[in-house]
Amino acid sequence: MTVKELKQKSAEYRKRILKYIVKAKAGHTGGSLSCTDILNVLYNGIMNVFPENFSSPDRDRYIQSKGHTVEALFVVLADKGFFPEEDLNTLCQYQSHYIGHPTRKVNGVEQNTGALGHGLPIAVGTAIAGKLDRKDYNVYTLLGDGELPEGSNWEAALTAAHYKLDNLCAIIDKNSLQITAPTADVCNTDPLDEKWKSFGWAVKEVDGNDVEALRKVLHQHPFEAGKPSLLIAHTTKGKGVSYMENVLKWHHGVPSEAEYEQAIKELDQVLKTL
Amino acid sequence: MAEQINTTSYKPNLEVYSETLQRLAETDRNIIAVTSDSRGSGKLVPFGKRFPQQIVEVGIAEQNLVGVAAGLASCNKKVFATSPACFLTARALEQIKNDVAYSNNPVNVIGISAGVSYGALGTTHHSLHDFAALRAINNIIVAAPADNWETEQAIELAAKTELPVYLRFGKKPMPFLKEAADEIFAFGKGRIITEGDAIAIIACGETVLPALEAAALLQEENIAATVVSMHTIKPLDTELLSAVARKCQAILTVEEHSIYGGLGEACAAYLLQQGMGKPFKIMGIPDEYTVTGSQGDIFTHYGISKAGIAEAAKTLIGTTIQEQN
Ligand SMILES: Cc1ncc(C[n+]2csc(CCOP(=O)(O)OP(=O)(O)O)c2C)c(N)n1
Ligand SMILES: [Mg+2]
Repeated sequence: MTVKELKQKSAEYRKRILKYIVKAKAGHTGGSLSCTDILNVLYNGIMNVFPENFSSPDRDRYIQSKGHTVEALFVVLADKGFFPEEDLNTLCQYQSHYIGHPTRKVNGVEQNTGALGHGLPIAVGTAIAGKLDRKDYNVYTLLGDGELPEGSNWEAALTAAHYKLDNLCAIIDKNSLQITAPTADVCNTDPLDEKWKSFGWAVKEVDGNDVEALRKVLHQHPFEAGKPSLLIAHTTKGKGVSYMENVLKWHHGVPSEAEYEQAIKELDQVLKTL
Repeated sequence: MAEQINTTSYKPNLEVYSETLQRLAETDRNIIAVTSDSRGSGKLVPFGKRFPQQIVEVGIAEQNLVGVAAGLASCNKKVFATSPACFLTARALEQIKNDVAYSNNPVNVIGISAGVSYGALGTTHHSLHDFAALRAINNIIVAAPADNWETEQAIELAAKTELPVYLRFGKKPMPFLKEAADEIFAFGKGRIITEGDAIAIIACGETVLPALEAAALLQEENIAATVVSMHTIKPLDTELLSAVARKCQAILTVEEHSIYGGLGEACAAYLLQQGMGKPFKIMGIPDEYTVTGSQGDIFTHYGISKAGIAEAAKTLIGTTIQEQN
């Protein structure tokens, strides 16, 4: 896929994320928009996982630890053909499998998440199994920056380094916001690079809303032989919609009809100028 | 505080929690809220603004939250550790068991958006196990206030109680169950909301309301039901339970919890051990992949509704213990 095509995909994904959040009258808007480019690049060129090989033990695995931004994941999985996009019209409705967090009832979802701080330990186990079975799949997991104070992350970080899991790549969606306030004001976790390096990880940083840069850096995984990779992706919460960018309330804000139209206009403008 | 109650307007118990805590904090600097990026969901944003010195924020780290709360409580702080019930009573269960209950640090563990309040966010966000888990832990009071009055009373009492307390409530606006003017609220003392001798419907938290509505529906068919708000799951009001069991033909329990290990099983265990067998049914969430949807969808699906409870009551009244088997 060309960079231009990737950029088009990101804008299309963002439009669909908003569409289904508005339809469901619920969703985690800001964090879905901040991680859209990351999911786009992972599923369109980096990971070896498709509907056709989803039951193969050799597939790459993606585990979304920040489960609340499931709308981004569902939209990308639909685009990859894991299920018909129309299914998302039932998002959050009675008896729908498409709920507000990833569940394995939905084709393409690796693990049920939603309680923060669970993705990395599961990813570590999945990566250890890959080593034991001499498989060459990679395991990717996406964490929120607000999620990092969960102790389980740091326990898993130790295990990953101990087992030299260079088949594991953890990505932090560093949008610098959580629910209450900026992450630095809730529980400061900086400097992240030094922390993870001291835990034995190979660390790189990237503009997490730049598909070209993301693709380049993810191709470099493993960043160092014998070490798990950590990618700090600097992103903007609410990316792509002017009035949502860096605004706290869009963590789980649902746009009104007028706001929705404005957002679609802005994203269409992006598509036009590509 | 009965005179403060405005019976015409009612709100989610969560809001009453926040208002009560602010009122207590006005005159008591030892009132401390501990939060884990949960002050918004806990309606504690105004509390944090008014009393910035009385809120401790730990970030998204519930185990840490309960441990920190235990430490604060050991220094005579009146601590309200506030986070969604699902995370507090699953992830931080060991901290509740060891650092709070076993070590007797009188933390008030406040489980917000409990049961299936989070609806379509799914099982990660539901707490259908909290009564069961905490009932099996010594030295902690377990309660689920139903209306705004019970919530206000429970918070005030928790602040004074020298034992660990777990309180859980939801997000739905909850009408007053009755004029509460001359009642005294106590943990371990259930409230009779209406009286009748055909069936006792024993409920707690947000299920008391559909139980009351069901009783009204039954009344239309001349079936008189007793409805109990059994806000305290542990210690259970066995005196009240015995009394209603003696009076009523059948007993139905209703809770926003797994049918395993909660209010229903607590009542059943007591009655059976007293030799007080009656036609008995536990309504709650069955042991299956919980149906998806809003809290209302989930309640209706499992019969926790006016019609569902009335139907279950009629079926139960018409049976004997032998037939029930
Ligand atoms: C264990 C746990 N605690 C609390 C929550 C509630 N919660 C959902 S999202 C969120 C904030 C997450 O912030 P961050 O990780 O920065 O995510 P993002 O900014 O990417 O949306 C919180 C506290 C949760 N889902 N799981
Ligand atoms: Mg964030």
